[in-house]
Amino acid sequence: MKNSKYLPLLATFVVFVLGYVICISVFPNMLSTRVAGNLLTDNAFLGITAVGMTFVILSGGIDLSVGSVIAFTGVFLSVILRDTSIHPLAAFAIVLVLTTAFGAAMGGVIFFLDMPPFIVTLAGMFLARGISYLLTTESVPITHPFYSTLQEIYIRMPGGGRLTLIAMIMLAVFALGIILAQRTRFGTYVYALGGNLTSAQLMGVPVAKTTIGIYALSGFLAGLSGIVFSLYTSAGYSLAAVGVELDAIAAVVIGGTLLTGGYGFVAGTFLGICIQGLIQTYIVFDGTLSSWWTKIVIGLLLFGFIALQRGLMWMSERSARNMRHASAAAQASGA
Amino acid sequence: MAVPTIIRERTPQLIVLAVILALNAIISPGFFSIEIQNDRLYGSLIDVLNRGAPVTLLAIGMTLVIATKGIDLSVGAVMAIVGAVAASLITSGYSLPATLAGALFVGLACGIWNGALVALLDIQPIIATLILMVAGRGIAQLITEGVILTFNDKPELIFVGSGSFLSLPMPVIIWVVVAILAILVVRRSALGLLIEAIGVNRRASTLSGVNSRVILLAVYAVSGLCAATAGVIAAADIKGADANNAGLWLEMDAILAVVIGGTSLLGGRFSLVGSLMGAMIIQSLNTGILMAGFPPEFNLIIKAAIILIILIVQSPASQAAMANFRANRQTVAIKTESREHAAR
Repeated sequence: MKNSKYLPLLATFVVFVLGYVICISVFPNMLSTRVAGNLLTDNAFLGITAVGMTFVILSGGIDLSVGSVIAFTGVFLSVILRDTSIHPLAAFAIVLVLTTAFGAAMGGVIFFLDMPPFIVTLAGMFLARGISYLLTTESVPITHPFYSTLQEIYIRMPGGGRLTLIAMIMLAVFALGIILAQRTRFGTYVYALGGNLTSAQLMGVPVAKTTIGIYALSGFLAGLSGIVFSLYTSAGYSLAAVGVELDAIAAVVIGGTLLTGGYGFVAGTFLGICIQGLIQTYIVFDGTLSSWWTKIVIGLLLFGFIALQRGLMWMSERSARNMRHASAAAQASGA
Repeated sequence: MAVPTIIRERTPQLIVLAVILALNAIISPGFFSIEIQNDRLYGSLIDVLNRGAPVTLLAIGMTLVIATKGIDLSVGAVMAIVGAVAASLITSGYSLPATLAGALFVGLACGIWNGALVALLDIQPIIATLILMVAGRGIAQLITEGVILTFNDKPELIFVGSGSFLSLPMPVIIWVVVAILAILVVRRSALGLLIEAIGVNRRASTLSGVNSRVILLAVYAVSGLCAATAGVIAAADIKGADANNAGLWLEMDAILAVVIGGTSLLGGRFSLVGSLMGAMIIQSLNTGILMAGFPPEFNLIIKAAIILIILIVQSPASQAAMANFRANRQTVAIKTESREHAAR
């Protein structure tokens, strides 16, 4: 039964490899570091926020506010860089503090008012989007020279592909996320919360601190994602990143994380992001398919993975029941 | 007590609604004036009732879903799908009854899909309905083939969105009829009680003989039907089907309306009348903000503030504090009473 823990992750990996093989067999050009580099760059902001979402979902919660926080970060940066002479690095620091505090506040409300994360982060979604509307409703370009310096940074991969700075940031966030989830006390607490809140409490997990920490982390990563998004688009727009929370949740689920919390891997989320990127790339290569096929395919994948999870749980429940029956029978025959 | 229970229970909502309407009247003095032109009632108040139709319809279905401890995130996407279906049916020459039947059938099918995931596969409602929320707009695009399907030359379908009957706008009549039907069916039979039982404890109600699967399926089907009706009205109103923007974020407004109306998100207790008031509160807020000349962006911040207030009021923590306070007061009252007795 030990392996069933890894089965969803394995299924995701198989889907990714199969998908890639299909893509390459149709468009041989897709097998290049150029395409891989673009895929990572295009999905960098989504990947970063999906890491935060993984922690939230692992703990049995959900964070609907990330898309709005990304938009807020972009608008805040563009307005502050336009109206003041603050260096972008200082602006980054300010905005990260703001979004982390925002996430922590939501975590606090969820824990202390004992309300479903869904509705609390829905309020957060409205609030963050509303504040960015108040800052500006126009798309504000970012023209600071430091931005172009950052955008020029890349590592040339063999085959001509470019690993841009924002792609590197995403990869670093995933690496740190994996370490945080698997190798630290905080990570263990997160899994414990998602597994069973009451048991976690009884075992001495600091539920208040962990809950606030999880949403603060998600807020921080949404802020970082917003910075990356502003680097990617060179602008801040209050209508940007609408629905990113859904893409992030989809990536987490496709990555094999159980939505009830407690089971899953940050690495799976990375595969989920890659699968979404693969679908988009295929559509771009094809040229005749419309982009709305992305949504339909992602919906189908979501359904497939959720059904797979249900099937696995059903099977493990059944085998547990069989084992009980078997041991009861053994006892009966022994007597 | 002379005050009917329904009014007594919904006093907070009535007060909020009255305050917002009064504020609206201060902002625009002619707010309450209603006049008849071309056999149809006109006025800001009628406009609130009319514009609020989609959210009200969604809120009716959402109330029942939330009462079972569920949630339906897909209603906005279902509106888009149904609008696309209605537009494509009417433009390909089908009659109005056939178009409406087809549109409602598609909504029903969407609802049954959600219900099957929740009731038969035991998937969490948020996730089950998320699938259709993500894929739904893609499906709507597939139907409209990526363009905004317009039907300017189909007055019979446009009538559903902007016509009038008995001098009331059609959307108002539709939502009032649907609301009355829903309230009668749910409250004049045991259905409402069974729905609440599932919301309190699905396992316990299944064990005590409630067919929870069928009821869950039915509740999501009703939500799909309500979303379909709202989708037809929204499409008929703009004389076209916009797969990207029809019903966008309306699921959030509908959830908000239900929560404002006093239905707990934790399931088990619901009030359809409360949700209707919630929808009207949201719509009069929208109208008020527009009339006051504020940018519509203020809406979101006000909504966030409302959710926060409701969260604080509804939270188990503050409920416990309230109960404590009441209990204390009662013991004090009893003590003084017994003291008075003793004095006598």
